[in-house]
Amino acid sequence: MKRILSILLENEAGALSRVVGLFSQRGYNIDTLTVAPTDDDTLSRLTLTTQGDDQMAEQIVKQLHKLIDTIKVVDLTEGAHIERELMLVKLKAADNDIRAEVKSCVEIFRGTIVDVTPNTYTVQLAGDSEKLDAFIEAVREIGIMEVVRSGVSGISRGDKFLRV
Amino acid sequence: MELLSGGDILIRALKDAGVKDVWGYPGGAALHIYDALYRQDDVFHILVRHEQAAVHAADGFSRATGEVGTALVTSGPGATNAITGIATAFMDSIPMVVISGQVPLSKIGQDAFQETDMVGVSRPIVKHSFLVTRAEDIAETIAKAYYIAATGRPGPVVVDIPKDVTDPSHKVPYHWPAEVRMRSYQPTDKGHRGQIKRAVKTLINAKRPVIYTGGGIVIDNASEQLIALAKKFNYPVTNTLMGLGGFPGTDSQYVGMLGMHGTYEANTAMHHADVIFAVGARFDDRVTNDLEKFCPHATIIHIDVDPTSVSKNIEAHIPIVGTCTSVLTEMLAIADQMDDKPDAEAIAEWWQQIDQWRADKGIYTASRYEPSAGTCIKPQDVIKMLYKITNGEAIVTSDVGQHQMFAAQYYLFDKPRTWINSGGLGTMGFGLPAAMGCKRAFPDTDVACVTGEGSIQMCIQELSTCTQHNLPVKIINLNNAALGMVRQWQDMNYSSRYSESVYEDSLPDFVKLAEAYGHVGMKITHIDELEEKMRECFAMKDRTVFMDICVDRSEHVYPMQMPGGSMRDLWLNKTERT
Repeated sequence: MKRILSILLENEAGALSRVVGLFSQRGYNIDTLTVAPTDDDTLSRLTLTTQGDDQMAEQIVKQLHKLIDTIKVVDLTEGAHIERELMLVKLKAADNDIRAEVKSCVEIFRGTIVDVTPNTYTVQLAGDSEKLDAFIEAVREIGIMEVVRSGVSGISRGDKFLRV
Repeated sequence: MELLSGGDILIRALKDAGVKDVWGYPGGAALHIYDALYRQDDVFHILVRHEQAAVHAADGFSRATGEVGTALVTSGPGATNAITGIATAFMDSIPMVVISGQVPLSKIGQDAFQETDMVGVSRPIVKHSFLVTRAEDIAETIAKAYYIAATGRPGPVVVDIPKDVTDPSHKVPYHWPAEVRMRSYQPTDKGHRGQIKRAVKTLINAKRPVIYTGGGIVIDNASEQLIALAKKFNYPVTNTLMGLGGFPGTDSQYVGMLGMHGTYEANTAMHHADVIFAVGARFDDRVTNDLEKFCPHATIIHIDVDPTSVSKNIEAHIPIVGTCTSVLTEMLAIADQMDDKPDAEAIAEWWQQIDQWRADKGIYTASRYEPSAGTCIKPQDVIKMLYKITNGEAIVTSDVGQHQMFAAQYYLFDKPRTWINSGGLGTMGFGLPAAMGCKRAFPDTDVACVTGEGSIQMCIQELSTCTQHNLPVKIINLNNAALGMVRQWQDMNYSSRYSESVYEDSLPDFVKLAEAYGHVGMKITHIDELEEKMRECFAMKDRTVFMDICVDRSEHVYPMQMPGGSMRDLWLNKTERT
């Protein structure tokens, strides 16, 4: 099953490569990876999605924890959580019918058109990965020129939080 | 505050970290550091002949003493030559700091002369690594490196230092941190008390228990606690290849090594056990054989300081994360307070069964191979002779192959840190430099390197280091003129097609070679001269002696687990199996 791992990491040179290296070294796959400094700029927050059963997920979490730069690791999929992914899609939109169709699709998916040229629309969309997948399917026939996805960012619901 | 250059700071920091010996090899990017070494007397440097040997020697030193070993190499090829040594230490959890020179900061990424991304290249085989970018950071980085290397599950730490960071003209204040604290690294020490209680109860209620211990006992200096617990319960103990000496090899409760070349009684007892108490061992594939068939009746209690080792290969029923010493101490205290005692009758019956296995097929109750005769010297007999002549008190290092297994089986190690071998990575070439490290640590103890003509040639250049630094180790070369273990597998699995495992007539005259380096060489071709020559060898306390012993080429290591079988599925000799 899909796993969303949240990792709090020292914001040090080489720390990210150790996380990425661990996955290839141990034969695990990374589906998506997002990383940026937090409000405390000595810390980086990573969200990483991967596939695995419970035993594999436990081993991955333990291995990640073993890295010296890692401060905390949580498998968000173990509890209630929110996942969001940002997507930018550039679509062919040269005639009026197509432009209208795109606009209605964007409205249904609660996206935004962020750039317009005579021949293209660029759409911004945020949501969980399934929603973004569904949008891509909806506009596939229209003509996708380019898709950029940020990868998943995740946070747990309720009072739980990940901090030093 | 005192102002020092980066090079001087590094050496001062090593001194403050308690380092006395550094094994290394100079080169361009490390020259400021080497100049700083020259201008002081606190840290002693031993010049090796190849960087791989510097790391193995520091490793051997660490294994023999328990202290953190230190190696120093230059950038580029110096760093990459060190890699095999670092990987060796990593696989066996040996505390070590490897300092590498690096090209100047401004040249990093420019494909400069002798540039290698050492932090990148070493990343999968280190516990941690640092690239130091300011002279001000050197002391703190060194303090962290030694702390990380020695604590938790130990391992090698690389500190990569660009040349300009050690520039003698740039001086900064020296400050050695009184203690190291890292928010991201707080290794577990004490195990979970509730789990420990459960473990004691399970252990006491066992009818067919086996205590299975590994390198963790040796690394954590937990022998005393292990012996106390084993004696208290009168349970059988088996050691892994890395755990030899953790429990006395001559003790009646010791059932021998387990695993691929473990004893019949150890492997069979494991298979039939109802409780397996694993301490500082990691259920390595060379122990378990087929995981699906592993110990079908056993409840597994597993103590390890590394959470990732627990339930990695075999699911533990009672996992305990903590150091061997602290958990065993707590178990002893809990057992003392408990009214329950082991079922004496069941344990007596279990011992009766084990003694029967020992008598039937054990390698210590009878000789299970053809005896040596004339010029046919059996390698097992050489190890037995080594044991006899050194009174079982030598530090024995080994390389990798048949000789390693014969040494593990027939030299009965009574004390931890006396059996020094590359168990995890299986690095040929490890034995001689590791022996140098041991000899440096214990100059008054006999240090024997049990090797073969294949392995010894992988680091034979270190005979020169032995000369320069007066390291009188004894090399016991089990020369069968073939890569014995490869040949054994070719015999067993490839219809004796000896693909690239024989040397034909290309082997050097090892006696002359030893002499060329200023050492004593001996060649033994007849069993009758073995004892006298070996006595002579060990009587020469201040000489490095190379004993080239021509052993039976056709000999195989037995017992040997059958691929795809359970632990007890063994070949006992060339024709007999369980």
